[in-house]
Amino acid sequence: MGRDPDHPLSLGEVGKCGVSIVSLADMERLFEGISLADITTSMTINSPAAMIFALYLAVAERQGADWRKLSGTLQNDILKEYIAQKEYIYPPRPSMRLVTDTFGFCAREVPRWNTISVSGYHIREAGATAVQELAFTLRDGIEYVQFGIDAGLDVDDFAPRISFFFNAHNDFFEEIAKYRAARVLWADVMRDRFHAKDERSWKLRFHTQTAGVSLTAQQPYNNVVRTAIQALAAVLGGTNSLHTNSLDEALALPTAETATLALRTQQIIACESGVTATVDPLGGSDFVEALTRDMIAGARAYFDTIDRMGGMVPAVEAGYPQREIAESSYRFQQSVERREKVIVGVNDDVATDEPPLPILYIDDRAADEQFAALEQLRQTRDASAVTRALDGIRRAAAGTDNLMYPLIDAARAYATVGEMCDALRDVWGEYEEVPAI
Amino acid sequence: MPRIRVVIAKPGLDGHDRGAKVIARALRDAGMEVIYTGLRQTPEQIVSAALQEDADVIGLSILSGAHNHICPRVMELLKAQGLNDVLVLVGGIIPDVDIPKLREMGISGVFLPGSPMQDIIDYINAHVRSRVV
Repeated sequence: MGRDPDHPLSLGEVGKCGVSIVSLADMERLFEGISLADITTSMTINSPAAMIFALYLAVAERQGADWRKLSGTLQNDILKEYIAQKEYIYPPRPSMRLVTDTFGFCAREVPRWNTISVSGYHIREAGATAVQELAFTLRDGIEYVQFGIDAGLDVDDFAPRISFFFNAHNDFFEEIAKYRAARVLWADVMRDRFHAKDERSWKLRFHTQTAGVSLTAQQPYNNVVRTAIQALAAVLGGTNSLHTNSLDEALALPTAETATLALRTQQIIACESGVTATVDPLGGSDFVEALTRDMIAGARAYFDTIDRMGGMVPAVEAGYPQREIAESSYRFQQSVERREKVIVGVNDDVATDEPPLPILYIDDRAADEQFAALEQLRQTRDASAVTRALDGIRRAAAGTDNLMYPLIDAARAYATVGEMCDALRDVWGEYEEVPAI
Repeated sequence: MPRIRVVIAKPGLDGHDRGAKVIARALRDAGMEVIYTGLRQTPEQIVSAALQEDADVIGLSILSGAHNHICPRVMELLKAQGLNDVLVLVGGIIPDVDIPKLREMGISGVFLPGSPMQDIIDYINAHVRSRVV
């Protein structure tokens, strides 16, 4: 969330959940020896997505790579942060502007880039039901398209680069129906609500991750089975790309061994099972078609409710999706404790003496290295260039110019992510949620 | 009998609040007075809340791996404020190898994934200090 390693809130957090990227120097190191023109990169980053993207583009520039050739994905989905993941910085409206600025910038300068991965994964992990995941994700998508159009973009100029990201949870057929429903709903929305003419604007392309929240700390090898079943549902549901979790998901970040097994899970499905040879193999099943219809109806009911509130931004400001999710997550936990819902190894088939599992342990080395690097950076960079660049960000934020340009200038000057984000904090302030329990 | 007063807190940058909120509601349903601090709390803010709210219990929810920094800081601040009989519990993702250290610094309950809400309720009832009315 746009805090440098030496910020008080960063205490104990540096390098614990991912790579610490503070400035262009870190981004250059990360991609040393990797030609950005020849690969694709997916960046799971949200509130500082535009800043991280600016760093990436600056690296590409240094490598002599043409931005028009760059391909990859930015998660960049701020609405789900207010709803579920809670890694927001600014209030919703200026945050939406950062997103639509990336849409406009990429349409002009980085046309092969997937500018957003509208996410349901986190919404589901936070406790939403399958219908809520589907409904809130697509309604978020609708909000992004509307804001893009309101910002003056032509829908077919940016809609083809919108992608989605769903969860693959335990209820096998419900999940397959969910993905099928998503495709129908999105095509309808793009054709009928937004009058997109380009067929590519109607197509819902999506990534799926198997459900981390369903994996258990108890009897962790059971998680390999859960992940395989969830992955199969995603594949049968037509996912375009897939992440499979590691068996130690509930305990720590993965080891090399557990990450490899997660990869093998996908490879076995892809290469040995034959399921990828047919598009939508469950289409025509009475059961799956009925489930799909129910999902579509359920999602549309939520669309209507949120439309009546004035859209997803007002709904988020009113705490509506947050309350729905809090309610669903409490009901789920109650059903587990009453054993209405069985979780093997947790409330059934419990083992008493489990051998310890070796896990990945992250120490504070990254933090120490980053503090030293930050010191070094401040001494070696051109301080006045940084100041000018940060002023440029503030000026653009107070006006209507596309923020990507001043952000890239700041990236080139070795401004830190924290400094870039603080510049916008100066103009837009910070968001504080009213928690819904 | 006075209600048990619990502060549930999310320290640091971790936004994963599903567990904290479910537990806050479960404790409330069990008849406790629950104050949820919300996200992004510093150890200073948490201890200040505990002081202001006259908390019997502090529940820290930490899934980010930052517990080895946050917990000692919270315990240090509680000691400095003379809040030595507040029950401190931690929930979230805590490697087994770190649990003895947390116990040594005075954290009595560590609740890992899969802990039933009832276990936490029972633990608090069994270990909370008694209030003289």
